[in-house]
Amino acid sequence: MSVIILLLIASVSVALIFLGAFIWSVRNKQFDDDYAPPRRILFDDKPAITPIRTELAATVPTAETNPTNQ
Amino acid sequence: MDTTTEKGILCSHCGERCPKDPIREGDRVFCCEGCLMVFQLLDRNGLCNYYQLNAHPGINRRMAVRRDKFAFLDDVKIAAGLVSFQNESDIHVQFYLPQIHCSSCLYLLEQLPHLEPGVISSRVDFAAKQVSMILDSKSVSLRKAAELLTSLGYEPYISLRDLGQPKRRVDRGLLLQLGIAGFCFANIMLISFPEYLGLDHSEPAIQRVFRYLNLLFSFPVVFYSARPFYLSAWKGLQHRFLNIDAPIVLAIWVTFIRSIIEVVAGSGSGYFDSMAGIVFFMLAGRFLQDRTYRRLSFDRDYRSYFPVAVTAVIQDKATGKESELVKAMPDIRSGDTLRIFSGELIPADGILTRGKALIDYSFVTGESQAVEKQMGEIVYAGGRQTAAAIEILVVKEVAQSYLTQLWNRKEKGRSDKGSGGDFSFVHPLSRWFTCVVLAIAAGAAVYWGLHDASRIWGVVTAVLIVACPCALLLSSTFTNGNLLRILGRHHFYLRSAAVIERVAGTDHIVFDKTGTLTEAGKQEVSYTGEKLTVKQELLVATLAAQSGHPLSRMLARHLSGEESYGMMRDDADGDVSCSVLSFRETAGQGVEGFVYGERVVLGSLEFMKRMVGDVEKSWRAAGAGTRVYVAIGGRAKGFYDISNHYRNGLAELAKAIRGKMLVSVLSGDNNRESKNLQEVLGQDTILLFNQTPKGKAKYIQHLQRIGKRVMMIGDGLNDAGALDQSDIGIALTEDCNNFTPASDAILRADELQRLPVFIRLCQVGKRIILASFILSILYNLIGLSFAVSGALSPLVAAILMPSSSLTILLVTYCASNAAARWLRL
Repeated sequence: MSVIILLLIASVSVALIFLGAFIWSVRNKQFDDDYAPPRRILFDDKPAITPIRTELAATVPTAETNPTNQ
Repeated sequence: MDTTTEKGILCSHCGERCPKDPIREGDRVFCCEGCLMVFQLLDRNGLCNYYQLNAHPGINRRMAVRRDKFAFLDDVKIAAGLVSFQNESDIHVQFYLPQIHCSSCLYLLEQLPHLEPGVISSRVDFAAKQVSMILDSKSVSLRKAAELLTSLGYEPYISLRDLGQPKRRVDRGLLLQLGIAGFCFANIMLISFPEYLGLDHSEPAIQRVFRYLNLLFSFPVVFYSARPFYLSAWKGLQHRFLNIDAPIVLAIWVTFIRSIIEVVAGSGSGYFDSMAGIVFFMLAGRFLQDRTYRRLSFDRDYRSYFPVAVTAVIQDKATGKESELVKAMPDIRSGDTLRIFSGELIPADGILTRGKALIDYSFVTGESQAVEKQMGEIVYAGGRQTAAAIEILVVKEVAQSYLTQLWNRKEKGRSDKGSGGDFSFVHPLSRWFTCVVLAIAAGAAVYWGLHDASRIWGVVTAVLIVACPCALLLSSTFTNGNLLRILGRHHFYLRSAAVIERVAGTDHIVFDKTGTLTEAGKQEVSYTGEKLTVKQELLVATLAAQSGHPLSRMLARHLSGEESYGMMRDDADGDVSCSVLSFRETAGQGVEGFVYGERVVLGSLEFMKRMVGDVEKSWRAAGAGTRVYVAIGGRAKGFYDISNHYRNGLAELAKAIRGKMLVSVLSGDNNRESKNLQEVLGQDTILLFNQTPKGKAKYIQHLQRIGKRVMMIGDGLNDAGALDQSDIGIALTEDCNNFTPASDAILRADELQRLPVFIRLCQVGKRIILASFILSILYNLIGLSFAVSGALSPLVAAILMPSSSLTILLVTYCASNAAARWLRL
């Protein structure tokens, strides 16, 4: 029955690790903004080409070819 | 894509109404060149996802920003104050963009590196409305970044307050305390189960281990998580005021000490789980209640209002040449010459040295008539220059100007309102409750003293443990938290939960007229008389544009449209437009002059009679609005009827309030609108005109002295004193992102007519709190019966406490939502 002490120590240590993770994440400002993260992950990385300008698609300046914008 | 609603065609970019000839591109419509340009920029760079995410996400670009507006960012010292980190290659900077309002803004602002390669990365903090950018210092300067943001419609709001202020650390303490309390509470409960479920004296070593573990877990709760209650109780005691947190602190410590004694002496397992549970639930309630609206600021002071830098004029003594230099606000000294452009704020008291000053002080004094100043006269800080550029010689530095004196006085008054006045009906109720509990404890002690003296200590502490007024605190915090959320959904943002009760207790509402009851910039103009040709209308408009009188301005704007109105005024060089000769204005009466060779006269009836002769009889009767008579070429042609455009729904608002509370209207203008106001708001409304800012505050003080609880609704700095003086000051705003003065609440203008419903909800909230408190008394009675009879085991306490808290939470949440639905909110 005294093995329960060992189990207790083990589980409490694991729980403390998670508490530490919680405290770290709060300090790391992860709870400051709850609006942006869920929407941010749904954005596409690459900008889309729209139908209006498909005929000019070939000439759309990209970051590499046009390093100096006005 | 056209969106035709009853408002007309809406701009695909910003959603505002398009003029009759909208700009078309493909299948999209735009209201102005500015919106079109933003669209083209996004389209060119493949960012039209912006429009897919939300309808009309753009910000209107009709008002062009002055080209050199961000020139002050080139100044190294100013830039250093704004930048958060800098090395040879990178600049880290945060900009506050109040226009951020939807996921499209989020999308676009994080795609900035695609638009401008010099922006290495940008990340939005939506709750704080900030964008954090890392710039490549070789290709993009701070100024260029600000101009890029402005070109997209997101003009950074940089105010004096941002300079030299260390970045304030966001207070995450409450969240941490809540998390730790929850963690400890859950673990204590788990570790207590064996004791409840049959672990007995046969295994003393294990029992001791469990109990000491519980003791350990309770330390963070008592010494860290419960701190807000200690601080609040202490603050209350300092003011000789026993608020609700004092008996809670008592309960926590009685429980803690008794439990420690029991565990150390081996006589029992203690009540750690009840105590941790109390703290956790109360912190949860407080967390929900104290959710501040970080996007809004209730505490804007003069530094948020003033710009960061102004243009100073330096005279080179040697050559006599003048050059412009951008100076930061704190660096302005008396003796500096400043150039104030059209539309800019005057930052310091000074003497006018060049140009025609036509200053709009409406935000400060409430008078809608622009003040004209002559050369050599003093102009005060806080006004906005409406004519062309002027130069002033600074006589008083910013911090000593009239405006900041006015505001500083406000700040002192404000702090008194907060601390001592955090009065709630909850406090006396809790004091009554505590007295009753102490009486019961005393009674039980006496009883057991007579029967079995060994149990006195156990019973008394049990009573104090079980019957803590935390139920009352829970009811009020959960109810208030939910009410704040419901009201916030309807754009009525209260500063804190304490305001709810003050709203509920209102019995007299005071409205400011200009901008609150009337919609700024909108008016109804109708013409009666001989029909005017287009050319004649232009003559009238040109003449009217020269005057600062509000009626003239309204007329000019109405006749010419917003865009050309600006063109008819003094051009950028400050020369009087040569199309108007011999311009003469008789204050309050009318104006006259020769426009393109024709003599035009505009003014009141008496003025017209004096200048031109009598007018037709049928035109003479006084109307409901104000009449501006027109004479061209020496002959009266007709008149314009100009009346304020009152907000929709005022009549319904007045009807809903009538009988329940009195209404007053304060105005800085003269009484020409009195008949209109009586019509709209009812005959028993008290109307006061020609009020100065101080006069408004004094009137409210007078009302309070005769015992009224006053709610004041205003919109500008000129109301600041009155807003502060009243029991509740509400700042009305068209756009919640704009500058609002310090106030107790912010209300979006189109929700004004629902004010009675909001007040009713607050009143219902009070009843909900009482009802759930009575419910909790039931739990307390059950618990007390156990405690007084000496049978309060930790198991009983552990069951009672969470179940009562959860019941209260459910009841208050459902009741307040039901109340909102019942009131059709």
